[in-house]
Amino acid sequence: MTAPAAARDAGLQPERTRLAWRRTTLACSVAAVLGLRQALRGPGTPADAAGAGVIVLLWMAFLWVAHLRMRELAEARPRGLASGTALAAVACTVALAVFAVALLVLPAVIG
Amino acid sequence: MIDFVKDVRLWFAPARLKDEGETPDYRFSLANERTFLAWIRTALALVGGGFAVDQFLPDLRWAVRVGMALALLAVGAACAVRALNHWVRCERAMRRGEDLPLSRFPVLLTAGVALVAVTMMAVVLLGWTKGR
Repeated sequence: MTAPAAARDAGLQPERTRLAWRRTTLACSVAAVLGLRQALRGPGTPADAAGAGVIVLLWMAFLWVAHLRMRELAEARPRGLASGTALAAVACTVALAVFAVALLVLPAVIG
Repeated sequence: MIDFVKDVRLWFAPARLKDEGETPDYRFSLANERTFLAWIRTALALVGGGFAVDQFLPDLRWAVRVGMALALLAVGAACAVRALNHWVRCERAMRRGEDLPLSRFPVLLTAGVALVAVTMMAVVLLGWTKGR
């Protein structure tokens, strides 16, 4: 291995990881858009608006977490994933799922 | 069960994870991170699929439609939680120099998704939709 190879990872691991985060934000955006569509299909009650608001907040939280991690990954030798970051990404995903259940079931229960 | 409680503690205590063994080559940690992200994308796709079933299959009976959407959402949430747990376990195994943990989850996920797909086919073939 020559000196430049030591400075720059030949396997492009940080870049690949950064792109994996980017793909994940895109997947999150698709899920969020579908969730937004779900919330806005209703008659437009305050509850629907609140539902849309929560989905946008969850989406923005996920983007923020991903943004912070992608900034760390811009370094040549980034530190490993902090478990707080992993936990935040999972929390956003689970919250989106829980919220989806509420959007699906509550209109039928309330009528 | 007790092992699982220990794993859950690790989700919330990154410092405890650093106490274990030695820090692996950062490239292995990044590979583990990408695997974690792939599982998160799977979870997000399942959540999106749950929304899509409810929105784009209006001819299904309410109970069938919502039942299938709820199944996909539940699997999606499980997938996300399991992604975190598996990431923590892999990270710890790499630090200790142990084999990576084996998991039955991929089989369960495959079975779950296949079940939803087969149910959907049965519903369409048997015409179990709202009569128009």
